[in-house]
Amino acid sequence: MLTWLGYFERFGQNFLRGAGVTLELTAVGLAIGFVLGLFLALARSYGPKWLQQVAGAYIAVFRGTPLLVQLFIIYYGLPEIGIAFSQNLAAYLALGLNSAAYQAEYLRGSINAIGSAQMQAGRSIGLSKWQTIFYVILPQALRLALPSWSNEPISLLKTTAIVFLIAVQDLMAEGKRAATATFDFVGVYLAVAVVYLVMVFVLDALLKFVERKTKIPGMDIETSR
Amino acid sequence: MPEPILTIKNLTKKYGENVIFQHLDLTVNEGDTIVIIGPSGTGKSTLLRCINLLTRPDEGQIWLDDMEITAKDCDEDQVRQHIGMVFQNFLLFNHLTALGNVKLGLSKVKKMSDEAATEKAMHELARVGLADRADHYPGQLSGGQQQRVGIARALAMDPRIMLFDEPTSALDPELIGEVLEVMRQLALDGMTMLVVTHEMGFAREVADRIVFMEKGYIVEEGSPDEMFNHPKFPRTREFLWKITELYGKKETDTN
Ligand SMILES: Nc1ncnc2c1ncn2[C@@H]1O[C@H](COP(=O)(O)OP(=O)(O)OP(=O)(O)O)[C@@H](O)[C@H]1O
Ligand SMILES: [Mg+2]
Repeated sequence: MLTWLGYFERFGQNFLRGAGVTLELTAVGLAIGFVLGLFLALARSYGPKWLQQVAGAYIAVFRGTPLLVQLFIIYYGLPEIGIAFSQNLAAYLALGLNSAAYQAEYLRGSINAIGSAQMQAGRSIGLSKWQTIFYVILPQALRLALPSWSNEPISLLKTTAIVFLIAVQDLMAEGKRAATATFDFVGVYLAVAVVYLVMVFVLDALLKFVERKTKIPGMDIETSR
Repeated sequence: MPEPILTIKNLTKKYGENVIFQHLDLTVNEGDTIVIIGPSGTGKSTLLRCINLLTRPDEGQIWLDDMEITAKDCDEDQVRQHIGMVFQNFLLFNHLTALGNVKLGLSKVKKMSDEAATEKAMHELARVGLADRADHYPGQLSGGQQQRVGIARALAMDPRIMLFDEPTSALDPELIGEVLEVMRQLALDGMTMLVVTHEMGFAREVADRIVFMEKGYIVEEGSPDEMFNHPKFPRTREFLWKITELYGKKETDTN
């Protein structure tokens, strides 16, 4: 049990490789989720009626079902109708599509809070609706969303661990292999947990830094109308 | 002959069943300052919002110069450039500096080069006495300063007419004067202005005409002298008396 620190020496390379894959999964999932989530949030607030409903339904479905089910449908289900993905691609997709639904909710809340007053101000100087959205509303809404949105990268990083179930070689998969080799499940998974913890700490510090850097001087925009 | 800049004919606005105003006519001539007064909920803000097409009237027409801006095929964004709007709550872009606020329309709507936009924006900030606050964010400015940035932002587009919706009613009393002073100067410079305000000192001194609105109707309009000294309707006298009592006669007289 006390030897678990020793596993870093023995499996260090493998853990590092796995952690790299985990970070990759987090980054790609977050990026897909952000682009799609932003689209969904804008669609819900400013799109035509039908698109608002489609976006709403998407969010409800992806937040209302387990990620694991979504992952299995994409990896095992879709090939049956002729759409097959590699393990990694399936993992990217599942994480991204799922994260999009959550990110859309974070963004939509702050878009609504910045709201119609700033829209009026933008329109009043002759900006078009979409110009106002991009130059006035989003720059404020994204900043406003940042503190609560920061939960998403952290939560996503931990969630990626489920992809070892479709044999993606992430940190969890490396841990499982090491555990099987040593039969010391407690020790190995403790070491794996430490690696996750370190990644979360670093990511958290990074997010706090970004939050500080993007803060508007003289302004708590949460308290503005 | 004075040229009408803004002509409103037979304007009606409803929210659902609720008629805000009906068959309203108003003409604003070039260089005029028109002050609109009236009790709360009378439709003054709604009228201004109709004029710059932030909301659509149900009936009637509005012309800006010779162009009917209520026409179906009228390009709203194009029209709004020519109509400046100053809001009660300033509504500055909080993520941009004072300079950024004034520049945005110049860069994105007028498509000016960065250099030209900066120069023009600085000129407008100087006009409202805030050249030295150009790099301050709205959160770092007083209410009076924020409202002056709001005025500069609207002025930068070189509008044909400026609309003011109670520009000083969100301000602490000691900050009202600086905003009214900027507006007074604008009127002197020949800007055409339509101002909703309770500041009777400003109305008396600066307005060419005062329009008294109540319950969606224009009760009476006339020169400040007519309205204050010989109003035709007792309601006008009553309201002016009340509002002058409430807001004081002297507070707007600057230094
Ligand atoms: N978007 C809206 N939907 C429904 N009703 C509205 C809307 N905007 C304004 N109203 C109603 O229209 C009426 C006139 O409002 P408006 O804001 O134009 O009055 P006002 O004369 O500017 O009053 P105040 O002096 O309080 O600013 C009010 O009864 C208000 O409730
Ligand atoms: Mg009003």
